[in-house]
Amino acid sequence: MRSPFRPDFPPDPAILDDHKPLIRSLERRGLIRGGLSLGALVMLTGCDVRRPEAIESALLAISRLNDGVQALLFDPKKLAPTYPDSMILRPPKFNAYYDVMDVKPVNGTAWRLEVSGLVADKRAWTVSDLQALPQTSMVIKHICVEGWSYIGGWTGVALRLFLERVGADLRAKYVAFKTADNYPSSIDMASALHPQTLLALEYGGETLADPFGFPMRLRTAVKLGYKNPKWVTAIEVTNDYPGGYWESLGFPWFAGI
Amino acid sequence: MRHVKTGTPVVETSSAPAGRHLHPWPLRIMHWVNAAVMLIMITSGWGIYDDDVIIRGFHFSPFWRLGDWAAWSLNWHFAGMWFLVINGLAYLVYGFASGRFREKLLPIRPAEVLQTVIDTLHLKIAHEDITVYNAVQKLLYIIVILAGISQVITGVAIWKPLQFSGLVSLLGGFQTARVLHFAGMAVIVGFIIVHVALALLVPKTLWAMIAGGPRLKPRGRAKEGHPA
Repeated sequence: MRSPFRPDFPPDPAILDDHKPLIRSLERRGLIRGGLSLGALVMLTGCDVRRPEAIESALLAISRLNDGVQALLFDPKKLAPTYPDSMILRPPKFNAYYDVMDVKPVNGTAWRLEVSGLVADKRAWTVSDLQALPQTSMVIKHICVEGWSYIGGWTGVALRLFLERVGADLRAKYVAFKTADNYPSSIDMASALHPQTLLALEYGGETLADPFGFPMRLRTAVKLGYKNPKWVTAIEVTNDYPGGYWESLGFPWFAGI
Repeated sequence: MRHVKTGTPVVETSSAPAGRHLHPWPLRIMHWVNAAVMLIMITSGWGIYDDDVIIRGFHFSPFWRLGDWAAWSLNWHFAGMWFLVINGLAYLVYGFASGRFREKLLPIRPAEVLQTVIDTLHLKIAHEDITVYNAVQKLLYIIVILAGISQVITGVAIWKPLQFSGLVSLLGGFQTARVLHFAGMAVIVGFIIVHVALALLVPKTLWAMIAGGPRLKPRGRAKEGHPA
């Protein structure tokens, strides 16, 4: 059988002549040196040859495309299933980028919520300011990107209500959060305005415990767990992509469920 | 290709340029695209699985995982899914529209399945004619096609459990859908092991999926063993 690698027609000799200098410049020593450098490259810990830059940027480009598809799939009127109070897991499951032993409790009386960006009223909020607003409760499923899930009961101020109170530009693209544990996060405006997106102050009818975000955390039923920052200290309404902690490490930004 | 022709009785001995290949070119392209994408979906899926295992103590070693940690396994999985779905849909449309499914995969008679299993256990594996599938082959191909469809459905359910909450409750909840997605993977991996092993045992089947295989007689004059 004829080799599939042999061309049907011999190449034009003129083309071969064009490449003669290049072929002559190929040195055996150069190849050996090149091979050794490639071998050394593999040992560089900071350099991951299993994830070349071109593939990484292609995957991130598709991930951004998927963010758009997810935004299209998001139905702002669709409510997440809710459950009876008896199914609430007590205490909730702890998860962060560090161990529960490393949680640094926040002082509730000194705590202030900063508001910035495209809002009319940039006055800072105290815990009692938030408690004075109408409260909403929901018993919803928390779904982690890792695969585990649990049912939790949350009470707090609907983010939509809060954004309306501070005169936020509701046509802005993003609502961004800063936290006491240095876990920046952000969500799209449509998800922020969903009725099951709360600035949560209570869990299971009691004040949030320290490991779960006291005094205030975001809790939204329309996103994966990692889009729910705890110990929120600042909210910004913006049109500039704010990103987030896990997003900067490669995780998808939209993360809608 | 010539050596493939010898010894295959249903094939015309004279050259028939009008005759279809056993595996026409669109099918071959879809097969190899699917092979690559399946490999991506399975190995990246193992990377995602490992972040929160379903079977306690059961991990996939880093060697088998695509993506050096969960974020990149997820990105591979969510990129590969588009290719899997588009290629898979094209395959289903092609299979039904061209009549290939009906011609190659039907009918399946339980008695034939039993007979083939008995023959195989006696190490009697007929493979002189690679243009006709035996009953077990037909059954396995149908199972793996259904498993592929099931993977897309359970995959959509665990990707968007709120937007498709009706589908999730139909599947028995989020965690059940997740286990079904894992089980579907196991079925496909099981198929791949058998499929690849047999293709290597009978290399002309592998070559046929690359070059197209023997040319078939026009469908109108199909002989016995070829339900039209």
